[in-house]
Amino acid sequence: MPRGLRRLLHALGLLAVFLFAVFPFYWMVSSSFKTQADILASPPRWLFIPTLDNYAQVFADEKVTKAVLSSLIVAVCSTALSVALATPAAYALARYEFRGKADLWFWFISNRFISPIVLALPIYIIARNLGILDTHLVLILIYITFILPIVVWITTDFFRSIPRELEEAARLEGASQFAIFWRIYLPLGAPGIAVSAIFGFIFSWNELLYALVLTRRDVQTAPVVATSFMSGYEIPWGKIMATGTVIVLPVTVFALLVSRYMVRGLTMGATK
Amino acid sequence: MARQTSRLAYGRWTPFWFLAPAVFALALIGVYPTLFALVTSFRQYNLTRVREGFPFVGFDNYVNALTDPTFWQTLGRTGLFFLCTMPIEAGLGLLAALMLHQPGLTMLRALARVSLVIPLATTYAVVGLLGRLIFNRDFGVVNAVLGWFGFAPLDWLGNPTGAFVAIATMDIWQWTPFCALIFLSGLSMVPVEIEEAARLETGSRWALLTHVQLPYLWPGLTAMLILRSADVLKLFDSVFTMTRGGPGAATELISIYIQRVGFRVFDMGVASAQALLLLVLTIALARLYIRVFYREVD
Repeated sequence: MPRGLRRLLHALGLLAVFLFAVFPFYWMVSSSFKTQADILASPPRWLFIPTLDNYAQVFADEKVTKAVLSSLIVAVCSTALSVALATPAAYALARYEFRGKADLWFWFISNRFISPIVLALPIYIIARNLGILDTHLVLILIYITFILPIVVWITTDFFRSIPRELEEAARLEGASQFAIFWRIYLPLGAPGIAVSAIFGFIFSWNELLYALVLTRRDVQTAPVVATSFMSGYEIPWGKIMATGTVIVLPVTVFALLVSRYMVRGLTMGATK
Repeated sequence: MARQTSRLAYGRWTPFWFLAPAVFALALIGVYPTLFALVTSFRQYNLTRVREGFPFVGFDNYVNALTDPTFWQTLGRTGLFFLCTMPIEAGLGLLAALMLHQPGLTMLRALARVSLVIPLATTYAVVGLLGRLIFNRDFGVVNAVLGWFGFAPLDWLGNPTGAFVAIATMDIWQWTPFCALIFLSGLSMVPVEIEEAARLETGSRWALLTHVQLPYLWPGLTAMLILRSADVLKLFDSVFTMTRGGPGAATELISIYIQRVGFRVFDMGVASAQALLLLVLTIALARLYIRVFYREVD
């Protein structure tokens, strides 16, 4: 094959990859700027006069703003708690040998595999008995079950790459175990902690099943509210797509920030 | 020597104190509910008949779950979904990875690579909503594009096969990038000198792939097979928002079915039994994953 043709095919292939990845996202964003009439047009309109009406509606709708706030509270709190709980554990897993370490590691990892429906059933009953259904608290707590393991495996990885000599030098100078963790591992592992926190935030922000069954009226999260617009006689497509854009945009930005770690994060470091 | 000092320098209980908070928290919010579900699975626990109490019924719920044809159908459908999506995701992913790895066109490659993050980050529920719009019979863009090629418009979400294809398509959109990125990282593990030498030796892309690159792709492929099968067992958000499992039960995957039994029929006993059977499957997958990838910690 001549070089020029090969290059052209390569370029077309890469363009196809790009269009494949971006097209549905583009369709959502462009639909969010369409009037209902433009959205319902058949065949679909590729060119149209954009309108901000849908966004005006979304930001004027107290249900949406409240839901975004709820999502934010839940995501920030559950991520912060997970980081606080997980980083000391990650330090121990990265630097100590002890009995049962392999089992503990296995336990943390297996949380990645568990279907949320398994926990949603008992948590619903327990929360109902405790009277904490439909609160931020119940979502924050349950979200820790999947964020904490992510933080553990990502930060363990980062902590392992911190030179042992630093720790040994500090120990010779009489630093306590906790001081070593606090003064050496936390600051030097900060990039890893940030990456894991971003992952935690994304997973929490995107979650639907728990939010759907554990909340009712008071603390619906953004995905639940977006889904709820789907019912009814006339579906407000523009508003739904605007809400979708508002939900997806911040996490996309976050995901782009950690794109280098995406594969390792999603496979728990099994592939480099 | 250095190793010995560090070993002597901390007490037996030091790691325990660092681990305790995380372990305690996960035990409380992860293990305790699982045990609660285990107990529930041995009770008659119907939330619409609370007045009858929650008596123990032995293995009734398990017998009920295992003899329920719908349970097996949804499990089979989940398996079919995996068999339909996984090869396409892996195949397209490999193709994309090879193009992203191929030297030249640096800017375009970087752009295509970054764009792969978008599907992965998109909220599953929004993927489902988007699917409803894209696959709409009257104003969906899928029918419009198919129309350019002379196909008659199809009511995708209104018929069983169409709906199944639609949810599979959205899954393929969302997870092909995952496979592509894993394969890409595998390809970048091939030592540069070896790859260069092979490129000089043979003009055949196929020979390069099968003889040089393939060994570096196996671990990634294994990882995605196990992770994706676990993910399909978990799959709920996007399918639920797109079809609610319908029409009929055409897209009712296992997690959606258990959700329906638990939160629509309110039969928590049977749903818990089903969920625990699902958990056993999941733990087997997790074990397998650990076996393959974390041998060093054992």
